[in-house]
Amino acid sequence: MTLTSTPNVAVSDVELYRRMLVIRQFEDAIQRLFLDGEVYGTTHLYSGQEAVAVGVASCLRDGDRVAATYRGHGAALAVGVSVQGLMDEMLGRATGVCGGRAGSMNIVDLEHGLIGCFGIVGGSIAAATGVALAFQQRREPSVAVAFFGDGTSNQGYFHECLNLAQVRRLPLLFVCENNLYMEYTATDTITAGAILDRPRAMGIPAYQVDGNDVWAVQAATADALGRARNNEGPTFLEAMTYRLVGHSRSDPGAYRRPGELDAWTAKEPVRVTRAALLKRGVDETEITAVEASVTQELEEVIARALQAPWPDPATSPGEFANGARR
Amino acid sequence: MSAATDAAVEAAETTIELRKAIGLALDEELARDERVIFYGEDVAVAGGVFAVTPGLSERHPDRVFDTPISEMAMAGAAFGAAITGLRPVVEIMFGDFLPLAMDSLLNQATKHWYISDGQGSVPLVIRSVVGGGGRFGAIHSQMPIAWFHGIPGLKIVAPSNPADARGLLKAAIRDDNPVLFFEHKRLYTLKGPVGDGEPVPLGSAAVAREGGDVTIVTAMKGVHDALAAADILAADGIGAEVIDVRTIRPLDWPTIERSVVKTNRLIVLEEGPLTGGWAGEVLALALERSLEHLDHGSRIATPNTPVPYSPPLEDDHFPGAERIAALIKERI
Repeated sequence: MTLTSTPNVAVSDVELYRRMLVIRQFEDAIQRLFLDGEVYGTTHLYSGQEAVAVGVASCLRDGDRVAATYRGHGAALAVGVSVQGLMDEMLGRATGVCGGRAGSMNIVDLEHGLIGCFGIVGGSIAAATGVALAFQQRREPSVAVAFFGDGTSNQGYFHECLNLAQVRRLPLLFVCENNLYMEYTATDTITAGAILDRPRAMGIPAYQVDGNDVWAVQAATADALGRARNNEGPTFLEAMTYRLVGHSRSDPGAYRRPGELDAWTAKEPVRVTRAALLKRGVDETEITAVEASVTQELEEVIARALQAPWPDPATSPGEFANGARR
Repeated sequence: MSAATDAAVEAAETTIELRKAIGLALDEELARDERVIFYGEDVAVAGGVFAVTPGLSERHPDRVFDTPISEMAMAGAAFGAAITGLRPVVEIMFGDFLPLAMDSLLNQATKHWYISDGQGSVPLVIRSVVGGGGRFGAIHSQMPIAWFHGIPGLKIVAPSNPADARGLLKAAIRDDNPVLFFEHKRLYTLKGPVGDGEPVPLGSAAVAREGGDVTIVTAMKGVHDALAAADILAADGIGAEVIDVRTIRPLDWPTIERSVVKTNRLIVLEEGPLTGGWAGEVLALALERSLEHLDHGSRIATPNTPVPYSPPLEDDHFPGAERIAALIKERI
């Protein structure tokens, strides 16, 4: 079972849960593989924020495009990037979605609408603004989505692009994933005023949503995409969430406030969604069957990734493009 | 001779200001390809602060527009638009403002092709006015080539005359890669033939003057300074060959090498601080590839200080034709 390449409105509740679980287990696996020396450099895991990417992506149509961040595995899997292709990329293999040339922080998969995961804070906003500009120019009824974090609200790209998007009424959805910390620093200690007041000052409709509630994210996204497709311009969502792991591989999270991790763990999205499924009358055996199948899928993906071939330096796409290579 | 050929010959003989040649190329490319869009600060309604683009927004109202003073957003949006089927041309008003646009160019536009393993190309052009001699002071007179010269995947264009500016800009817009297109503010009113309107391939240098004793490799306004210096040297019986590189990256090394093989002496004339400039790259290539032909190789560039404001200071900052000629005579 792999993620569909065309996540669409008719996604079942169980499927939403399955997608979130794929991301969680993928990130758990990356953590283990990193410690085993199979993943290199650094990684920024999405654990705890799964409901945001899955909720947003479940509303997208073919043709929509997404720009994500260096914490991008969740967005990539949510839009339909192959689990195997992403895992192989993490391990630096030729069969990776970018042939091993990108790595954890820089994934591109145009076939699935992922224009990039950007290593510079705010880069996703700028790129998505350009995508939206192209959609508008070409009169395509598609929407660009920019994922970014709370810390990005203090970046130049944020202010410049929100303004440009609003004055040109671009078909754009800004998804601010507020996980409370800009890397190691509590965002509220370094940010003047409320993040939501910033888009609102420019007249951009802006809403806060429970980022651990996949259905709340879905509902807000559906509204925003409708506005964008109706030429009503950009919408800003602030999804309140929490990463259950450090900022990156080297971060033990010593800055967390006392009790905070426990409180957020109690309402982390995989757990919350599972409880909600039961409450909605989904049979627990169906849920455990999904869980078993995801676990098995990940095990198989990892086994194949560890056997995948290394890239050959002679296959470089070269310095300059001359049309698309593939 | 057919009527069409007559018209082409007549067009080629028509003279035009360099800035008008750039406006013409933009107009022609906007008309030719609906994927081309053009935006920047003051470029549409006002027609550009150097009057390069008047009338374009009236002729192409949906695809030429003014932006806020947001260089980061302008460059980032160009990247996003370029990978989504458009061919954006962006004006960054002064080259001195390019560092604000550099992140997207460096970390997005010139990385995408390679790190995506060739999934898609990034056809965008950033135009910018550059160079000294206008009494604009330190932060409106710089030559940004060296700041960008070391970025793989980026093409850098630096025309010296109207026909080349027109043909090179057309080639830049049709290119599948990010291109920085520099326009020297002291050349905007330079008049010359309008050219045939065919794209001039990026990476092809031109021999602006033939000579047998010394090769002067340069670009933009440097070409005119070098030609004037060559006149002075000719009076002393020294034949200077002037090579207009036209694109700094990719560089047309074979054309330079042919000249060096002939003259055995290489001077690289660069407007821009001596340290870390592109002239050093030309000399390095000469050492690596043509050492056996080289009796002399050196650079003439500008001092490692900001460009000063006061006329005598600024005039002294840039080596004019006489000083260039004197330095060459001393050195060879």
